[in-house]
Amino acid sequence: MARNSTNKLVGFIILTAVMIPLPFVVSGYKVDFLTMLMVNVILAVSFRVITTTGGWSLAHVPMMGAGSYATALMSGNLGIPFWFSMPLAGLVAGLIGFGISYPLRRTEGFAFFVASFAAGEALRLCWIRFKVPFGGHQGLVVPPPKLIPGVQWLDFSEAIPYYFLTLLVTVFCLMIMYRLDGCRIGSTFKAIQSEENLAKSMGINTARYKMLALAIGSFFAGIAGVLLAHRLWAIEPAQFGFSTTLYLLVWVVFGGTSTFYGPIVGVVVLSIIGELLRPLADWVPMVYGIIIIMTLIFLPGGLESLPSRMGIPKGRFWKIRITYENR
Amino acid sequence: MSILELAGLGKNFGQNVAVNEIDISIDEGEIRGLIGPNGSGKTTIFNMITGFLKPSRGRVLWQGKDITGLLPHAIAKLGLARTFQLTTLFRDMTVLENVIMAHHLHIRTTLWQQFLKSTESRQEEEEVQGMSLVLLERMGIADRKDEIAGELPHGYQVALRIANALATNPKIILLDEPVGGMNPVETDETMERIKSLRNQGITVFLVEHDMRAVMSTCDKITCINFGNKIAEGSPQMVCSQPDVIEAYLGEEVSCSL
Repeated sequence: MARNSTNKLVGFIILTAVMIPLPFVVSGYKVDFLTMLMVNVILAVSFRVITTTGGWSLAHVPMMGAGSYATALMSGNLGIPFWFSMPLAGLVAGLIGFGISYPLRRTEGFAFFVASFAAGEALRLCWIRFKVPFGGHQGLVVPPPKLIPGVQWLDFSEAIPYYFLTLLVTVFCLMIMYRLDGCRIGSTFKAIQSEENLAKSMGINTARYKMLALAIGSFFAGIAGVLLAHRLWAIEPAQFGFSTTLYLLVWVVFGGTSTFYGPIVGVVVLSIIGELLRPLADWVPMVYGIIIIMTLIFLPGGLESLPSRMGIPKGRFWKIRITYENR
Repeated sequence: MSILELAGLGKNFGQNVAVNEIDISIDEGEIRGLIGPNGSGKTTIFNMITGFLKPSRGRVLWQGKDITGLLPHAIAKLGLARTFQLTTLFRDMTVLENVIMAHHLHIRTTLWQQFLKSTESRQEEEEVQGMSLVLLERMGIADRKDEIAGELPHGYQVALRIANALATNPKIILLDEPVGGMNPVETDETMERIKSLRNQGITVFLVEHDMRAVMSTCDKITCINFGNKIAEGSPQMVCSQPDVIEAYLGEEVSCSL
């Protein structure tokens, strides 16, 4: 219980002391950088929901794309306001995730990589092939979010209002996924990753839980896609290609996946490094490559494993283990 | 009445016959040993019973009902629990968390209630925690409940392995080498615990290499070699069979213990 209230406190301090004043301190385009950073945080944390069951889905970025395309079509063609199009687009991504999880549910390891990659690419090909309604290679134009139809008391095409909209949605998504991680469902996911056969022998329907994880992860990836699309104003299939997936993998490997905060740390640290190296933009992929090799050699558990490597015993640091908290 | 019956059960791996039509019938409340040299097909039989392998032929009958080809989690639900040969545990979880997870079949609340941590779900988690502590007490590892399972000494890991299997509230428990890698004192302790399972109405089916342990614990022993049953009966009877002595060449001395 102590561990959990510490986590909540740390989250609250970061939120109020850092995230709220930040857009007023930094200049111009850096606000957009922070907005994209939060989108990527949702993407990485939702990816971890899937990895806690043991499967590293290579279809996760296309799932984000599904959310982007869904909201583009709904808010562009049908004029559905943001508060409806966002959860609906998430649901669309979640349903597609659930759909691909059915053939994926009994594949493991390498087969899972290949099959999930194929599923993601198939989705991307649909966007390219079907010019109506997906717009082919050119993609779609996304209107700025309409929060309440008719009322535009805040202009969400501006960077700072959009930043706060993103912050609100991000906090909400992270709270839900944190809760999921801490309840029995999250523990069951981790049990399946740890020893799938043992879990089966305890009567756990592991295939069903894996499908659930893929659907939930895809739902939140879809939400990230919605936030991305409404800020970029235009989306195209190339954005959701394999190179983006590689970035996602690097963030998550660098941060680690055994704790909730691991992927967040990974995204934040690497994005800041990438931003600092902006003048050397051509070199960033190489720097990322070196970072991932170094991580795998010297820090196989990712950044999150640093405290225990420095001799801080497990549980003393604000490390979330499988918890049955709050009683 | 037999609780578990294997009728002509067999498995091929490609051209290899791992298990050739085996017939075994286990009575309720019995402690049955399954012995045989390495590679004789003992674990394959366990895997076929518990749904981890599909049999190539034959049937598994559970209280007279055909359960061949059911998935592992469905078989666990019927009341067949198993342990695995290596100390298979959730290594990153604590001892208590392992057993709490193992109580999965007791969970009645929906996923939604678990997510919301509704009153029912909290009550249930508390009940499960209580049951887990009782079970750990019974296996003699309650004082280790907050240690990480992967860091326990071997003997305790084995006790936890059995506790995990018992948490599914089984009618029969299949133990794959429960005393493998143990010293004689630990072996005796474990075998005593296994014997006490019978008093709780649990049938035991175990694979073991330690002949002394098998001889002193089991009511009846089945010996297989190259996927065929070569002997079945009381420990003394099985030991005196020439086929068994031949299969365990040079080990007949241990039978006299």
